[in-house]
Amino acid sequence: MQALTALIEIERLTKRFGAFTAVDDVTFSVAKGEVLGFLGPNGAGKSTTMRMLAGFMTPTAGTARICGEDVVERPVAAKRHLGFLPEGAPTYPEMTVTGFLRFCGRARGFHGAALGDRVAHAMALTQLEGVRLQPVETLSKGFKRRVGLAAALLHDPAVLVLDEPTDGLDPNQKHEVRNLIRAMAPDKAIVISTHILEEVGAVCTRAVVIARGRVVADATPAELAARGPTMDAVFRALTLPAAEAA
Amino acid sequence: MGGMVTVFRRELAGYFATPVAYVFIVIFLVMAGALTFTLGNFFTRSQADLQPFFTFVPWLFLFLVPALTMRLWAEERRLGTIELLLTLPLAQWEAVVGKFLAAWAFCGIALALTFPLVITVNALGNPDNGVILTGYLGCMMVAGAFLAVGAAISAMTKNQVIAFVLAVAACFFLTAAGSPVVTEFLSQRIPELAEIARAVSITERLGGFTRGVVTARDVIFFASFMAFFLFANTIAIDQRKAD
Repeated sequence: MQALTALIEIERLTKRFGAFTAVDDVTFSVAKGEVLGFLGPNGAGKSTTMRMLAGFMTPTAGTARICGEDVVERPVAAKRHLGFLPEGAPTYPEMTVTGFLRFCGRARGFHGAALGDRVAHAMALTQLEGVRLQPVETLSKGFKRRVGLAAALLHDPAVLVLDEPTDGLDPNQKHEVRNLIRAMAPDKAIVISTHILEEVGAVCTRAVVIARGRVVADATPAELAARGPTMDAVFRALTLPAAEAA
Repeated sequence: MGGMVTVFRRELAGYFATPVAYVFIVIFLVMAGALTFTLGNFFTRSQADLQPFFTFVPWLFLFLVPALTMRLWAEERRLGTIELLLTLPLAQWEAVVGKFLAAWAFCGIALALTFPLVITVNALGNPDNGVILTGYLGCMMVAGAFLAVGAAISAMTKNQVIAFVLAVAACFFLTAAGSPVVTEFLSQRIPELAEIARAVSITERLGGFTRGVVTARDVIFFASFMAFFLFANTIAIDQRKAD
């Protein structure tokens, strides 16, 4: 769709759970340099789409590719290019921050000095040095989120998929994470899901709005904001069924 | 392969980062020692071997191994870390086998810590240490079989209690199927099933190992048993990783 190379390609992706269709024929692609804000009310299918993209859920129909690698056909190759922050940033509670990041680094094939450098760099980016030897279970919610973020950034992936990266952070930490995302943006394709609308204007170059499993808007944040008096009003008009929106 | 080693290391370290390892090892050693010297008549038998110890090992593993395996996958699901683990660039079998090998190595550590029993029989008499070694090998086979079944069950449920109870039931079936009570009952009523019960029983096969008899049949039985359940485990994770 763009002249730039698309690092993430999602084609007609569909996920059904029994009779319920969580994600319905979603198609979009994300090019290098783009930060795509993935918006939608809770339960709209954001996390399900991201899980399929990350190879955690198998699509009912359709395909997704990361750097040209099909996530179903070649899952390990696709995952190598991907940094994924799952919803809620799960981590092993008994491990220390360093231990956890070293595990993620090792699983990605780093050893010895390279592994140490990667872990140190990821901790520096997410300001985790102060808690490096603490078990993850003793950390506050904001720190846990940053540990998950550090694990996603560790291998400097071409594609970042972050499910609610700023959830649970205080305003200062949110600001730092947004700066970090902006700084990384030129070399990567980034998808962040959020339901905080101000975040979209702050970091995203493009916004895809999803409701009841379907894409209802795909535009720049400025275009989206221009459609109504406020961003909130635009979001409601797009995501609520027609009768309720009025 | 590298991924498997990474998972193995994390899992094994995980046992010792929580009280799980210490509680398991202490209870195993206390029970094994107590049963061997009381019910096993270690002294009054006046024989320099570890036969009484080896007969109790499956019955101890019956409860303790499911306690290890119940959390293997159920815990990952509860914490959500399964999403992290399975989105790392690892093949699914690497995660499955890595977890299994870590639990198996852990059982090996617990068994190795029963070494004072070996020292004791050597101090009191002249045991055949080769037989003792094959006995330990047999115990490892039993542990591996129980772990493989338990891990596969854990992969199918989010609930640790269900994983524990079902794994105990499965291990009990494997242990008791060859006992005289079961086989006599079956041979009188359903002779066809008696043969099958004896064939899947691990007690009789362990008996061979503890007498110093290691047959290809028994080794192949245990190896294929573990391979089958690890395969089932991989399928279960693949099919219902997100549930």
